[in-house]
Formats: sequence, C-alpha cells, structure tokens
Amino acid sequence: MRASLERQKYLIDYTLASLLRRKTRNLGLLLVYTLLVFLFASVLLLGQALRREAATLLQDAPEVIVQRTVAGRHDLLPADWLDHLRQIRGVSEARGRLWGYYYDPAVKANYTVMAAPERPLAEGEILIGATLARVRGIGVGDVFSLRAAGGPPALFKVAGILEPSSELLSADLLLLSETGFRALFQLPPERYTDAVLTVRNPREAGTIAQKIALSLPSSRPILRSEILRTYDAVFDWRESMTFLALGAPLLAFAILAWDKAAGLSAEEKREIGILKAIGWETGDILRMKLWEGALLSLTAFLLGYLLAWWQVFHGGARLFAPVLKGWAVLYPDFRLTPTVELRQILVLLAVTVAPYIIATLVPGWRAAIADPDAAMRG
Amino acid sequence: MSARMPPRFRPSNIVLTLLAVLLALLGLTMTGAARRSQQADRAAADRALVRELGLTDLSLFTEARYGRHLSQADRHSAFQDHPAALEHFPSGGLLPPPPHLAPDPR
Repeated sequence: MRASLERQKYLIDYTLASLLRRKTRNLGLLLVYTLLVFLFASVLLLGQALRREAATLLQDAPEVIVQRTVAGRHDLLPADWLDHLRQIRGVSEARGRLWGYYYDPAVKANYTVMAAPERPLAEGEILIGATLARVRGIGVGDVFSLRAAGGPPALFKVAGILEPSSELLSADLLLLSETGFRALFQLPPERYTDAVLTVRNPREAGTIAQKIALSLPSSRPILRSEILRTYDAVFDWRESMTFLALGAPLLAFAILAWDKAAGLSAEEKREIGILKAIGWETGDILRMKLWEGALLSLTAFLLGYLLAWWQVFHGGARLFAPVLKGWAVLYPDFRLTPTVELRQILVLLAVTVAPYIIATLVPGWRAAIADPDAAMRG
Repeated sequence: MSARMPPRFRPSNIVLTLLAVLLALLGLTMTGAARRSQQADRAAADRALVRELGLTDLSLFTEARYGRHLSQADRHSAFQDHPAALEHFPSGGLLPPPPHLAPDPR
C-alpha cells in the first residue's frame, strides 16, 4: 500500500515537472478552464438557489387568488363577489386585497403599494421596504410625498421600515392603511384589486377554481401551484438562455482543450518514447497521463466551483445582477440560502472534468503502445 | 529526481495537500451547517410576511409591472401600451412563454 502510494507520488512529481516545463501554456489553460467552470457553476448555483428561495417563500402564498378581467385585462373586483365566493363549497374564507403600483418620477421607479389591514397604521402612516428607503434616502419619522390620483400631493409619515432580510420579497413595498390606500388612489368603496381565498382542502383548489370560472365567467382564478410553477419555469428558462449564451465560449474551450490534450506534440511523443526505452511500462505512462489530466482539470473544477459558490452566496450574485436587474431602479440586496445538490456537482464534474481526462488519456495511450524507437523518431 | 528533495517539500505533497484543502472546502459548501439555523429564522420571518400580506411574487424584476408580479399579470400585459406594441423591457426578453403554451404542460 505504502509502496503503491509512493509510486503514485513519484508519478505526480514527474507529471508536475513535465507540466511546469510548458508552464505558460498550462497556466493559461488552467486560467481559462477555471473561468469556464466558474461561469457555468455560477449559473447553475444561482438558478437552483432562486428556484429554492421562491419555492420556500411562496409556499405560504394564497391558495387561490381571484381576479376580475374585462376585455382580457385585469379590472377592479366588486365587493359582492366576495359573498359569492364564500358560498362556493370548499371555500372557508374570502377577503379582498388592495394593492397597485405607483410610479415615482423622482427616482424613476415603480413601487408596489399595498393596504396592510393587519398592521396598526393610521391613515397618514406608511411602512416601506428597505431597498425603497435606501434609494429614496429616507428613514423612520421622515415625510414621504406621493402624488394622489386627485392631484395634490399626499403626505405620509414613515412609521417603519420592513426587515432588510426580507428584501427579496419587500424591496419595493409601500404598506399603508385601507383608508389611506383608497384616499391615495381615489378608489371607490366596495371595490378591491383582487380576492384571496382559503380553501378547506388544498387538494380541492383546482376543482374550486373550475367552479369559480363557471359561476363568474369574467373571473380569472390563479392557484398557488401555478404561482410556484411560474417561478420554476422562469428560472429554468433564464438558466437555459444563459447556458445558450455560454455555449460559444464552451465550444471555443473544447477546441482549445482538445487541441492541447489530444494532439501530442513531437516533443511529447519523443518524451514518451524515451520513457518507454528507459523501462517505463505502458501502464506507468497511462497513469502519468491520467494524473496530468486529473490534476489540471480537478484544480480548475475545484477553484472555479468554489469561486462561483462564494460569488453567488456571499458576493450577492453581482455578476448576474445586470441580467436580473434589467432597467429596474429598485434592486434588492439579498443573500440567498446556500443550497448545493450532489447531483449538480456530479453533472458539472461530468461535463467539465471527464472529457478533458479522456482527451489527455487517449493520445497518451496511442503513443505509449507504439514502438519506442518509432515514438522517439516522432 | 525526487529522492534528492526533502520529502516534506515534494511537489506532489504540496499539490495533494492543496487538492485536499479544496475538496474539504467543497464538502463544506455542501453541508453549510454553520449558517443553517440563521437561514431558517430568516425564512420563517419571510414566510410570515407572505402569509400576512398574501404576497405572491419575488421583488426581483421591478422594472415593469408584469415582471414585478409575474404570476398575477394577465397575458397581454407585456404588450399593453397599444395594439401591436412591442415588448421592450429587458426582463421581458428573458421571460419564458406562459406554461400553457409549452408542448407538455406539467
């Protein structure tokens, strides 16, 4: 055992010396290889973390949401719909929600304005998301002015700022009382943005949605399962788009690596020939080539993956912020829960490390089985 | 060649140690035990906020209304400015078609 380990160490020593003889080329390859693994791992980790975050946080979203549509567009929902919805068998509770958007020309950002009946807010008080507070540069006790639908500015006192840890949900939120909301948007009484339902048996949500669509033809029921599916599809799609964009650099690297690994230079062939002439066996040469491929690709894989992990979970995924951000002014400062799946690592390993090792081994094996004399002559 | 070097500073020892350290770090990223409880607290607080306000979406894409509330937007909202208006927000370019248009709806 010890002798075998020592033998492998001698092979590694030799391989390293051989790699260092062409250090500029090999270091360049290591750098490009690491960068490629870093990019792929970043996309994979970010996509997975966002999918997981959405699935965890939105599992408490309303079971059924009912919107009213007019000419295919969302419209306000009359309060008598709530009574109708409560009559449907299986529905245990129906309440109206008040929410909407407010475009603030001062910072060129859209806010999500929402009535929060469970918060003890006076008519002139608001709670704001941490991102919004940061972008507007305001804090608790400050006065926040919004242009009311009627014309004159409505003044609100900032009663509190929502937890910064929840920015992924509340970056642009502006919470106010129901009376404050209705006054700001001049919303008629007995009108709601939409309705949220609680159902007795969540497995019946689909059937209840069908009943709602039948009894209220202009309604659009949205199920929690659809919300979760939407987010799954969104991140899958974005991940695929990024992978497509990364396809070109991957192909370029594949050509570079194949050229480097598969096409042995005359010098390398002569080296193998000399090694065989001085007594190395074919197995030793294959082991040496295996170490050459494994050391380079495994180092690149580990460095690239660890850098990607740090970037996604501790660096705020800043590399991909422009893709997610678009033209948005309010972009949450969020920390994703580190989630890593063994399957992901194995896929990345299979895609990046395995092909390189094979590309190193095959030509090495061809040269190793040739006659030493022929190999030395090139 | 190697026999002449002091064993501790053999290149193979250095490289194998480095790989072992990197592998250990990879193992740590998979366990992440140190942060677990802290993350669980944060997730519980966030889920309470979702329950209380009936939130439906993440505030990741705040540039356009249909991007902010992806799951609530109607199917025409990306093209609502006028008939035949082209969707122009960067988020829109990266949004998938609605699931019902997929060939195999799950």
